[in-house]
Amino acid sequence: MNKEKAIKALLTGAAFAGFIFLIGIFITLFAGSWTAIKNINQMHFIFGLEWMPYYEPPEYGILSMFISSALIGFCSSLICIPLGLGTAIYMYEIAGRKQKKFLKPALEILAGIPSIIFGFFAMAVLGPFLQNLFDLPSGLCILTASIALGIMTVPLISSISEDALSVVPISFKEASFALGANRCQTLIRVVIPAAASGIITSIILAFGRIVGETMIVLMASGGAIAVPNSPFAPARPLTSTIAAEMGEAAYGSLHFSALFEIGLFLFALTFILNFAAEKVGKKYRLKLGQGR
Amino acid sequence: MKKKVLVSLIAATAIFTTAIQSFATVIAEGSTTVLPFAQKAAESLMDSNPKIDISIRGGGSGVGINSLISKRCDIAMASRSIKESEKSDAKKNKVSPVVYVIAMDAISIIVHPKNKIDALTKEQIRDIFSGKITNWKELGGADKKIVIVSRDGASGTFETFNELALNGQKLSKNALMQTSNQAVSQIISSSEGAIGYVGLGYVSGRVKAVKVNNIAPSPETVLNKTYPFSRELYFYTDGAAKNEAKEYIDFVLSAAGQKIAASLGFVPVIVKK
Repeated sequence: MNKEKAIKALLTGAAFAGFIFLIGIFITLFAGSWTAIKNINQMHFIFGLEWMPYYEPPEYGILSMFISSALIGFCSSLICIPLGLGTAIYMYEIAGRKQKKFLKPALEILAGIPSIIFGFFAMAVLGPFLQNLFDLPSGLCILTASIALGIMTVPLISSISEDALSVVPISFKEASFALGANRCQTLIRVVIPAAASGIITSIILAFGRIVGETMIVLMASGGAIAVPNSPFAPARPLTSTIAAEMGEAAYGSLHFSALFEIGLFLFALTFILNFAAEKVGKKYRLKLGQGR
Repeated sequence: MKKKVLVSLIAATAIFTTAIQSFATVIAEGSTTVLPFAQKAAESLMDSNPKIDISIRGGGSGVGINSLISKRCDIAMASRSIKESEKSDAKKNKVSPVVYVIAMDAISIIVHPKNKIDALTKEQIRDIFSGKITNWKELGGADKKIVIVSRDGASGTFETFNELALNGQKLSKNALMQTSNQAVSQIISSSEGAIGYVGLGYVSGRVKAVKVNNIAPSPETVLNKTYPFSRELYFYTDGAAKNEAKEYIDFVLSAAGQKIAASLGFVPVIVKK
């Protein structure tokens, strides 16, 4: 009996560990940001375009980094959404068993490649290639980073979307065919709308992953602090600023704390995205009458 | 039984504390530019002499010198010489700073090998990096946009460049910020319009170092102080260094120590014999 209780307690502890870590991380970020929140005008912090912690007086404004992050997220989405959805629909509708057997593991391997390898590829191969192709002043720009990020997130979208498509009840399809719809009509009018919750969730999760990714943007996006005005301009998103400056910022300084606040900001951003993904997933599932 | 445990605990603590005390600790604090050199030299000295213990802290030249004045460190690392105000503060605290030049630090301005420009003036360099000059044709070169490549603000090289070349001007916001000397060289070697800066020791064959005020960067021009973008790096001690601190500084100034400086991109100072 005692043993059973102990095991139960252990499992409960394990189950709540993730939640406790989440709270712990939030508290740490908040405590670390406190100096910055107190000493930096928060309107300047959020809407300021200048990030110059090394000058006297220092400037801490994150708007241009936020714009960079958003622009990179947008450009990457243009690549990973069509590719990922295309892959998912192909695997669901067209691919035979043999092709599936080959495609799925290939995508899983792509998903498992460490991001630094994508970053290296972007910096050493893609950057110089794009530079020659478009005659750019430098190959390290938003486009280069976005292509690498887009490729990286294809498996995320395709695997979740494919799962969503494959759980659409076969009866939906049969009903559609019975009404005389062809394969293409059935797919576009019936199956995809029925799977919309999963597909939208996958896109939101991919966007969150892109915004939170650090290594690729640090290596491939150039890192200029100016507000980017085109996909060919270099940019410095929120994540790479933390990565580049945290190592040398004096512990406990205002700069150190400001970097923490960027982290807090990123945390809130990804939290909202994940929350939205969760909500969207639930809403559409219930509408279909297959609430789980 | 309990007594035995207590006695052995006390004995263990006593042995432990004496063991710690037999290691004299030298504390060096200050410039982040000097830090990598001081750190590497300290590690290599501690490897060969386990009795010596050296602890290196960053914070900046000002912090180091202040620590020395208030006797919180044995050696202040600095990338600038001591100010008059600091000298008088030291006098008040009965600290007499003694200076050691431990290495020279110089910055090379590098461009793509195909760039026609071979020499720039200090003013031109300042205007390029602050974003006033944006095209090479303004300097008599090809009609190409200038791409500025900089080290990110956290690096000692950035700090050095800021002080020696920018003279209070702010770096252009369009500058690409890179995290290592290698990354800077890599970008410059692959784009014809690029200009950047690296420590003198990091100039490779893939890029071209330009003359500044008509003086080519080299160990000779740095040592005779004709090359404008160079400076001395210092250790300050309270009075002439003694014991472990002296041993450490002797090592830093020895051939082996200066080799470490060279390997980190600094220019060794000539060892006086």
